[in-house]
Amino acid sequence: MATKIFMEALSPTMEEGRLVKWLKNEGDAVKSGDTLAEVETDKAIMELVARGDGILRKRLIGEGESKPVGQLVGVIAGKDENIDALLAEAGSAKREPGSAAAPEKAVAQTEEKSGTAAVSESPKKSQGEASLPPQEKVGASRSALPASREPPPASRVPLPDKGNGGRTRSSPLARRIASERGLDISGVQGSGPGGRIIKRDIEQVAASGTAQAPTPPRVTSRASGEADFEDIALTQIRKTIARRLSESIGPIPTFYLTAEFDLTRVVEMREAMLELGDEFKVSINDILLKAVATALAQHPEVNAHWLGDKIREHYRVHLGMAVATNDGLIVPVIFDADRKALRDIAHEARELAKLARERKLKPEQYTGSTFSLSNLGMMQIDQFTAIINPPEVAILAVGTAEDHPVIVNGELQTRKRVRVTMSCDHRAVDGAVGARFLQTLRRLIENPLMLVY
Amino acid sequence: MASFDVIFLGGGPAGYVGAIRCAQLGLNTAVVEREGLGGTCVLWGCIPAKALLEAASFAEKMKKAPEFGVTPGDVKLEFGVAMKRSRAVSTQNSKGVEFLFKKNKITWIKGTAKLAGKNAVSVKTAEGKDEKHEAKKALVISTGSRVKGLPQIGLDLNKKTVISSDEALILDKAPKSIVIVGAGAVGCEFADVFAAFGSQVTLVEVMPNILPVEDADSSKEVERAFKKRKIDVATGAKISNVKVAKESVSMTIEAGAKKDVKADIVLVAAGRAPNIEDIGLKEQGVQLTDRGFIKINERMETSVKGIYAIGDVAGPPMLAHKGEREGIIVAEVLAGHHTQVLDYTNVPGATYCHPEVASVGLTEQQCKDKKIDYKVGKFPFSANGRARTSGETEGFVKVIRGAKYGEILGAHIVGAHATELIHELVVARTNEYTVEEVDLAIHAHPTLSEAVAEAALDSMGKMIHA
Repeated sequence: MATKIFMEALSPTMEEGRLVKWLKNEGDAVKSGDTLAEVETDKAIMELVARGDGILRKRLIGEGESKPVGQLVGVIAGKDENIDALLAEAGSAKREPGSAAAPEKAVAQTEEKSGTAAVSESPKKSQGEASLPPQEKVGASRSALPASREPPPASRVPLPDKGNGGRTRSSPLARRIASERGLDISGVQGSGPGGRIIKRDIEQVAASGTAQAPTPPRVTSRASGEADFEDIALTQIRKTIARRLSESIGPIPTFYLTAEFDLTRVVEMREAMLELGDEFKVSINDILLKAVATALAQHPEVNAHWLGDKIREHYRVHLGMAVATNDGLIVPVIFDADRKALRDIAHEARELAKLARERKLKPEQYTGSTFSLSNLGMMQIDQFTAIINPPEVAILAVGTAEDHPVIVNGELQTRKRVRVTMSCDHRAVDGAVGARFLQTLRRLIENPLMLVY
Repeated sequence: MASFDVIFLGGGPAGYVGAIRCAQLGLNTAVVEREGLGGTCVLWGCIPAKALLEAASFAEKMKKAPEFGVTPGDVKLEFGVAMKRSRAVSTQNSKGVEFLFKKNKITWIKGTAKLAGKNAVSVKTAEGKDEKHEAKKALVISTGSRVKGLPQIGLDLNKKTVISSDEALILDKAPKSIVIVGAGAVGCEFADVFAAFGSQVTLVEVMPNILPVEDADSSKEVERAFKKRKIDVATGAKISNVKVAKESVSMTIEAGAKKDVKADIVLVAAGRAPNIEDIGLKEQGVQLTDRGFIKINERMETSVKGIYAIGDVAGPPMLAHKGEREGIIVAEVLAGHHTQVLDYTNVPGATYCHPEVASVGLTEQQCKDKKIDYKVGKFPFSANGRARTSGETEGFVKVIRGAKYGEILGAHIVGAHATELIHELVVARTNEYTVEEVDLAIHAHPTLSEAVAEAALDSMGKMIHA
């Protein structure tokens, strides 16, 4: 029996995946559990495995092409089994728009797209609907309905097997609410079956205040390099960053608290430990992580999630630490950081950063944080503001640790200092609440022996 | 000891459907079930009860047959025969599930299971042996629920004069008189059956209406029909002075006035309890809800990684079709597929008494309580051509829509074939169609379904036929 290979949801938040590399060729024998391909999810590169035995008869997407979760990407079947029906089914799905194909495939696809673009009338129609007040629509006389509604049946006839064609799939209720609120539905990511836009999606977009712009058209730069610009296709990770961060800066009323901490004792502690041998080597950042985790355990009001209708204060401290990779930002999590020894935190932070750079983080390693920390100290940034990673309610941005002139007891001295800036979601964290957290943090960092108490 | 990917504890609608889907998605699957495949639904619930209701429907139709020019000879009512047929249908269905297991290569472990760690179960087999089996990927708890008596008012189940639906399904003959305590779906269905087979039925409900989860209009319509059939209906009732004798039970029922009632049998049809005992939940740290069900998230995961729960044991509504869908979701989650979250407000309810009652979504009272701005459309079957031809003109279709967008907030149907007719509105609601889309779909004439379109039209103030 033939086994369909689907683009699977390989991470909890994955909506589409880019096939990076096929590991099996058409005609190869495969067994259930074999790795068929590498797929880039929104956060990492994962393996797509076979769910049946047989021969990989057909690969339906090329390397570098993207497909929404649940779409057919290949077929495993017996050697002589007839798979025409399956391929026909995929044929219509192949014209699915909105998939971020790699640049070299784009030229071929553009033609297909221009063919289907002409029929993308659904969104326009629903916009036209916006001019009618909704009460009137419900009460409007029956004969008046067809004109203001979806395209009449006749215009649908020429496109029976185009799958989604260039049309946006959406529920009547979603269209009605969108037109009422003046939202362009075509840019909304649908969460219904097959990416259909439903009421929930519209409400989410409306709540976040970001009616997402339609996916930008793909433009290919000329291969010879004569062009004076280059368009770079959005990787999955870049798309996710964009979506998440604009969700953040838009609706979150953020304010910032900056404090400068004295690191003299942290430096002393670090050096004293180093003298005991290499196995006791920890970085200043490790000590900061430990201090933040300890402070969070005392301030659940900062170690919290904003959930729209409630604030969830977490008693366990799962500390996210932003790591820069070549592809962008990712925030692996040190779970229960407040209960871990400095040694464990140092080890784990190093390990997670390494995995992140190699893009080998598993989804469970970068989800579930309750508070995040971003450190650009190594890049000689004095201080900066970081963007909150929702649903968290605060993030701490750490600048570079540097010698500063300070007045101590009326004398000018040189001290190692660091500037931290906490971005707070004012819906959950008030100024004084954030300040109290920073007070606790200051006490811990300026007296790091308390971390062993 | 055998090793599987997934083991289900319980082979009712949630467990067996989940198991089949798991097997179809390539997972090596086993189900531990001590009784027969199909669970309460197939053996002691939906299926045998509906077979009896069909018999009741025949009996009622016989009374009307002369009006249609068909006068039957002596009509004999033999509950025992109806019961035997009902058991045969039940067995047939259970065998059907067994066949599906063989076809999908699912292992049926006959016995009683208990969690033994996060990826193993211990099983006491039907032959009394102790076995242990491993589940590499997941354990799914689908142990279902059971009837519970009402010991707090003196109605402990003794299975002779105080019985549950389990015993009612295998009575040899209909009792002369019966008191049914609890007028939910089960209570109303048995009231219907026994009334049709000649019992004097008293139906007692503590809430102000029979079928208390349904829209008040539906409850009232059924109550009216029951009273016409000489079923004694007591709502908002209190029971006291229960005396259980050898051949009868007596009690005082207070619903407005006090009344002493004596009956051959009392059927307790109030409430079901989830089967959470003796399966090792505590030992594994599986958390329960305040109401004693297993706590799950939308991926059917319990508080313990690798242990899942579905069906009645995982919370209300305790309906076979809700459990089946949860079974499908758990299978898709385990196989790494993208699944759609189950919207519990789209789970229809169906009661098969005559007239039938079916519904989806909110009742009018719930709309009021939630302060939703709504409009109601209602169409009576007495104005529907097809209903007149069959002489089944009781009931109505009621559609409640949002005032602003026209979305279907709730739909309620009482009448012949209501449990079939509701699905048009279930499809509409699930896909977020508004009342306009329901009306735009052309309904064949003459059909009962026309009443659905008319109710949708009525909610927009444009009804044609009434």
